[in-house]
Amino acid sequence: MRLKSWKELETGVVILEPGNSVLYRTGTWRTFRPVIDMEKCTHCMFCWLYCPDGSILVKDSKVIGIDYEHCKGCGICAYECPKKVITMIEEVKARTEEAK
Amino acid sequence: MPIKLKEICNQEDKIASGHRACHGCPETIIVRQVLHTITAMGKPVIAACPTGCLEVCTSPYPQTAWRVPWIHNAFENASSTLAAAWSTYKHFVKLGKMEDRDIKFVIFGGDGATYDIGLQFISGVIERGQHILYVCLNNEAYMNTGIQRSGATPLGAWTTTTPVGKVLPGKTEHRKDIVGMFVANGIPYAAQAAPHAWRDLMTKVQKAVSIEGPSYIDVIAPCPRGWRFPMDQTIYMSRLAVDTCMWPLYEVENGKYRITTRPLEKKPVIEYLKAQGRFGHLLLPENKHIADELQRKVDQDWEELQRRAK
Repeated sequence: MRLKSWKELETGVVILEPGNSVLYRTGTWRTFRPVIDMEKCTHCMFCWLYCPDGSILVKDSKVIGIDYEHCKGCGICAYECPKKVITMIEEVKARTEEAK
Repeated sequence: MPIKLKEICNQEDKIASGHRACHGCPETIIVRQVLHTITAMGKPVIAACPTGCLEVCTSPYPQTAWRVPWIHNAFENASSTLAAAWSTYKHFVKLGKMEDRDIKFVIFGGDGATYDIGLQFISGVIERGQHILYVCLNNEAYMNTGIQRSGATPLGAWTTTTPVGKVLPGKTEHRKDIVGMFVANGIPYAAQAAPHAWRDLMTKVQKAVSIEGPSYIDVIAPCPRGWRFPMDQTIYMSRLAVDTCMWPLYEVENGKYRITTRPLEKKPVIEYLKAQGRFGHLLLPENKHIADELQRKVDQDWEELQRRAK
C-alpha cells in the first residue's frame, strides 16, 4: 500500500475508514501454513473462535477456508481443533507447490 | 440468552484482520469474544484503550483495526476519558440531543494500566458508579515495552526487571488481588475469566454490561513472547492456569462470590510452571522452596475462595 503524502492527508489525524488495517498483509509473517481437511471438518467453529486474526473464513455458519492474506500462522487453530483436521505445513513448500 | 457459536460466527468482526499483534496473541482473541458478545446482544459499543500492546498493535497510523468508535489515552486515564464520554452521552440524552441507543462503554486495558498505573482512576469510576465495563487483558507483565514486572506478575516469574541469577530468583513478591480490591471498593460486578472458557467469558460479559453501574472483568492473557512458550499453546496455557487454580474462574455480584467453573481435577502448580520458560528456574532444586510457596499460596487462595463462595 502506498502511504499518502502530507498534501493528500485529511485535516487532523483522523482515520475515516474503520477497519482499514485489512490493507496490511500480515500473511507475509507466516512460516507455517494451516490447511483444513474440509472432508473431515465438523464446523464446530473453535478455530474461528480462537483465531487471533479473524482469519478463518465463515459463510452461513460453515467454515469455508482460511484467509492467507492475514493468517500469521501461529497454529492455535491446529492445536485446538478437536478433530485434528488442521495441519501446519511449511509455507515455502506450499508456495513451491502453488508455483508449479 | 445463551450465545451460540453457530450464530455469532456470521457477524462481522469488530476488530479487523491486519492488526500487528504477535503470532498467537491472546489479547485479540479476548477482544473478539467480548465484542462479538455485545454485538450479539444488539448493542452498539464505544471502546477505549490505555497505552499497551492492544492499543499499539491495533492502531498503527494511518490504519486502524477497530470497527467500533475507539479512543486511546495515556496509561492512567483511559477510564477517566471513557467516563467523560459516558457522562456526555447521558447528558445529551437528557437534553434530547441524542437518542438513547443503550450504548455500551468498554475499556480494554493491560495489566500494567490496570494493576499499577491506572488504578486510582479506575477506582474513581467505580466510586462514581458510571456504567462502564473494564476488561483487563492480564498478561502478567508490561509486555509492550519488553516484559517488565508489574503488580500482576506472579511470584518467581522471570521478567527483564526481575532477572534470574545469583542475586534474584525471579520476582520475589506475590501478585495483587485486584478483584478483592474492587469488591472492597463496592463494585456491583467483578469477575475473573479466561479465553479458553469462552462461554463462561461471554456470559460474564453479558452480565457485566447489563448491570447498571461499573463492572470489571479480569481475563488472563497468556503471552507466548513474555511467558516463553510456543505460540500455538496460548489457549492450552489459559486452560492450564484454570486447571491448576492459578487463575480460578469466579464472579462477585454485589459482594456475593460464586465460582463459575471448577476444574474437573485440580492439577499441581508444577505442571503450569513446567510449561513456561519464565518459570524454568523454579524446577532447579535450589529454587524448590519458591515453587512450594506458590503451591501453598494457590491452595490457600482456592480454600478462601471456596469458603467465600459458599
